[in-house]
Amino acid sequence: MTRMDVYLDNSATTKVDQKVVEAMLPYFTERFGNPSSIHSKGVEAREAVERAREQVAKLINAKPSEIVFTSGGTESDNLAIIGAAKAANSDESKRNAVVCSNVEHPAVLNTCKDLVASGFSFSEAKVNSEGILKTSEVQSHISKQTAVASVMLANNEIGTIQPVAAVAKLCHEQGALMHTDAVQAVGKIPIDVKKLNVDLLSLASHKFHGPKGVGALFIREGVKIKPIFGGGGHERGLRSGTENVPGIVGLGAAAKIAAEDLSNDIPRMAALRNRLISGLSGLSRAFLNGSRDQRLPNNANMRFLGVEGEALITLLDEEGICASTGSACSSKKLRASHVLLALGLADWEAHGSLRLTLSRFSTKDEIDYALEKIPKAVTTLRRMSPVWAKLERGEKIEDVKDGGHIH
Amino acid sequence: MAGTYTELVMEHFKNPKNMGQMEDADGKGEVGNASCGDVMTVYIKVKGDRVADIKFQTFGCVAAVATSSMVTELAKGKTLDEAMKITRADVAEKLGGLPPIKMHCSNLAADALHAAIEDYRKKASE
Repeated sequence: MTRMDVYLDNSATTKVDQKVVEAMLPYFTERFGNPSSIHSKGVEAREAVERAREQVAKLINAKPSEIVFTSGGTESDNLAIIGAAKAANSDESKRNAVVCSNVEHPAVLNTCKDLVASGFSFSEAKVNSEGILKTSEVQSHISKQTAVASVMLANNEIGTIQPVAAVAKLCHEQGALMHTDAVQAVGKIPIDVKKLNVDLLSLASHKFHGPKGVGALFIREGVKIKPIFGGGGHERGLRSGTENVPGIVGLGAAAKIAAEDLSNDIPRMAALRNRLISGLSGLSRAFLNGSRDQRLPNNANMRFLGVEGEALITLLDEEGICASTGSACSSKKLRASHVLLALGLADWEAHGSLRLTLSRFSTKDEIDYALEKIPKAVTTLRRMSPVWAKLERGEKIEDVKDGGHIH
Repeated sequence: MAGTYTELVMEHFKNPKNMGQMEDADGKGEVGNASCGDVMTVYIKVKGDRVADIKFQTFGCVAAVATSSMVTELAKGKTLDEAMKITRADVAEKLGGLPPIKMHCSNLAADALHAAIEDYRKKASE
């Protein structure tokens, strides 16, 4: 098979849709006005921002007035959690606890942890070995002290979908706010904020074929949060700073396309993804990480025992395939991904994980190319792996916790 | 990703030298652990006081494989005393350098070589 360029890292970021680029371009040069200006250039930009607000609102079944534009998923998560915590702490309730799941993105996990320094207590609800949060587990963490709980709609590494509506019900019974990081879910599954019953929802444009550097936070009507930036009081006082007009226009255009195409995209992505999982599951000692059923239609996260992820990614990169791994060796940490460890995997098992994430642009030819190259790369690395040799001899692999490095 | 490694590191990773198991090794050294994502095994065959043959097996990242391959090239044909003097820094330098983070965790190949020589000497003295 001739070499192909196959991008299977769409949970990291996506290609900007050409139609989105075209929608954005006039807002850099001709329609460059500041939406706060009174003159016609300003009005033109304001109209574009408000049109995008309607497009984003429609995608998640919200009202335009419930959408605040931000710089992306990380800012949306920070604004939601810190903003809700500050608001709760300054009203009569004096709620002083925050809760999240143990598989959240660092934008949520670290934001919750950082609130401890401001006097909040923090607790983590743990997922099961399938990467799913059980409501009984969440229940024990939510009380009358909880200001806000944050549980992602879909996980960025293993694609598992959490029972967000059920968690929101538990939160509301205790008078707490519920936030969900829906960054990975938008454009992959239908999202309806009324059905989810969440108070706050984060989304990021570049995960669904919009530009980087722009996102949104849904804030349910009547929900009070405090801003985290001081400034000129843009976005109803919740997010100061001159609007990123071209970015917002791009986000709106991407939201419009996602809303229109989702019903076609889901079965198509799922069929290709299933083909990928079935093909790779044929390798010996190859396993799917996370629930098979409660997962995004574009996510396949496999682990191949006896192989280290960074080496695998590098071999695949040589073949034109872009993917990612939860192995520590690909990052600046020494331990494997907290998400894979939360499933109960040993570090050495987690090191052999490969995340393949599709988009609506993925094709059958690309999947077939990946199905030819991935097994070859796994076999190449296993041939040189003493861990694989031990597994083949039936020996046990020692699981050393917390390092054990020789320095 | 490949951008962070030198061409020589990539060459040793893609086409590792002296890779494989040695059934009748005179000395065997294993370092690292699977939990950290790096395990290296070096096998040596000794003739006279020289490393006559050498092989490695490695579970680990690009740097781990490349340093293993390089250390076998450096040690082959050397006397045991000379081979004992090969350092981690020598291996990294011969590869044209490693990313700083990899100097610490994936540059264990020299240790594996030394362990193999010590294993041989221990067996020889018994």
